[in-house]
Amino acid sequence: MPPLLEVRGLKVAYGGINAVKGIDLDVGAGELVALIGANGAGKTTTLKALAGLLKPAAGSVRYDGHDVTGTPAFELVRRGLALVPEGRGVFARLTVAENLAMGAYIRDDKAAIAADCEHAYATFPRLAERRSQLAGTLSGGEQQMLAIARALMCKPRLLLLDEPSMGLAPIVVQKIFETIRAVAREGVTLLLIEQNARLALQTCDRGYVMESGLITLSGEAKALLDNPDVRRAYLGE
Amino acid sequence: MDIFLQQILNGLLLGSIYALVALGYTMVYGILGLINFAHGDIVMIGALVALSVVTALGTSMPVMLVLLIATATAVAVCVALGLIIERTAYRPLRRAPRLAPLITAIGVSILIQYSAALVWGKQYMSLPEIVKPGKIEFGGAQITTTQAFIFVLACAIMAALLWFVKTSRMGRAMRATEQNPDVAGLMGVDTTRVIAFTFALGASIGAIAGVMVVLYYGQGHYFMGFMVGLKAFTAAVLGGIGNIPGAMLGGLLLGLIESLAAGYMGDITGGVFGSNYRDVYAFIVLVLVLMLRPSGLMGVSSGDRA
Ligand SMILES: Nc1ncnc2c1ncn2[C@@H]1O[C@H](COP(=O)(O)OP(=O)(O)OP(=O)(O)O)[C@@H](O)[C@H]1O
Ligand SMILES: [Mg+2]
Repeated sequence: MPPLLEVRGLKVAYGGINAVKGIDLDVGAGELVALIGANGAGKTTTLKALAGLLKPAAGSVRYDGHDVTGTPAFELVRRGLALVPEGRGVFARLTVAENLAMGAYIRDDKAAIAADCEHAYATFPRLAERRSQLAGTLSGGEQQMLAIARALMCKPRLLLLDEPSMGLAPIVVQKIFETIRAVAREGVTLLLIEQNARLALQTCDRGYVMESGLITLSGEAKALLDNPDVRRAYLGE
Repeated sequence: MDIFLQQILNGLLLGSIYALVALGYTMVYGILGLINFAHGDIVMIGALVALSVVTALGTSMPVMLVLLIATATAVAVCVALGLIIERTAYRPLRRAPRLAPLITAIGVSILIQYSAALVWGKQYMSLPEIVKPGKIEFGGAQITTTQAFIFVLACAIMAALLWFVKTSRMGRAMRATEQNPDVAGLMGVDTTRVIAFTFALGASIGAIAGVMVVLYYGQGHYFMGFMVGLKAFTAAVLGGIGNIPGAMLGGLLLGLIESLAAGYMGDITGGVFGSNYRDVYAFIVLVLVLMLRPSGLMGVSSGDRA
């Protein structure tokens, strides 16, 4: 069976700046895959291109057996490919409840949407208490919870997460990663960018290491954790 | 006759029409950050289309039916025009520097004006006397039934719009697109369609406002959109451009200011600024708002637009 996501020779540029310089990447159905790398390596750019927010300059993206290179985001999400963007991107002047409703924009099964909302509130009780508050008034951690909960509202098959732990207290990071593992157990495929390489590689099945727009290493997460180069560059040893 | 109350009533009535037009500016600004200077001319087209329909139908049908057909035609023409303008003039410039769409908007405005001059001529067109409005006494002041009808309809449209934007799926998508189009796309919103819808909605409300202007003044002219547009734009800025309730408040306030100033400035200044200066006050308001509170009465200062 071909992988759920199959990326070949992907190049992405901002005007004249080549941010992603030709990468191959596979994510199999049900897998949990990490993408790690230094600041400015091109991780966010890669995820944006996969989610349809940026048009690739070259290469191909196949998702679920179809060529989706250059397909806009609003069509990809209808096929089950969702992205939690870097910096959360909650709608600041919509309430928590309205943000969740936006997550379910592509669905019209009212009863099931309501049930999923309650499920989100049960997972993140802080959001339940604040459901009629404007999202812009939430703390950073609460906004991250909301961003993840919102992305899950569209019932994705493949969820791309861009630094879900950015700027969060360790206890909140634990909570977020618990949620990520729970989502994975429900059968959602995940591709995740993470600055905390150790946590990412401990959580995921496989990993890719990105440097200056290229993938320099890939393999089983455990093997990467033991790799001396990775240990030196990303695990602070 | 109570002059003060009369000026208040006149102000609210005129203000409710300004408010409807201001909504078109503010909704498009909210979602695109673009001042659609052609919006006043869309109102003008609505007015002239309605005038033509009323003139053609005359008294062959009941008055209400004539007005309904005239309004429906005006709305249809204006929605089509709004969509064409969005598609051909603004959409190609969506990622261009901000000056480009602004200059384009002015160009579109001039194009519509002179196209209207070609179609309808440059003379004033008068509304045939099809309505014989009754008078309503109101604590010493007086308004016509037509005016009362305009005011009630304008308020109903505003209430419906607030409700729509607040509670409907499309309304939520409009607000999401306005705040962050990329993330709205990630939620499955086709932002191009939402933007086109916003133009159509603004144009349809503008068309109805155009019919109201015709009913209020009894005439129309290819250049009328300029003044209506500038005043409504002032109202939108006064309320806080991009803010829908703000446009409503700004419209009503501007109508009141204009009406009271026109009514009293003559006496206050010993006849120097008589009521023939009424169009000046809107611009004084515009300059003052831009100097003292550019974000308007209800606007968010640009800093916290996430
Ligand atoms: N909008 C943009 N315009 C121009 N260059 C950009 C833009 N966005 C990113 N870049 C450049 O592309 C490169 C890759 O950026 P990207 O955001 O993908 O990095 P990243 O791996 O996500 O980094 P971080 O870990 O800091 O989030 C960087 O050199 C950055 O400066
Ligand atoms: Mg990044």
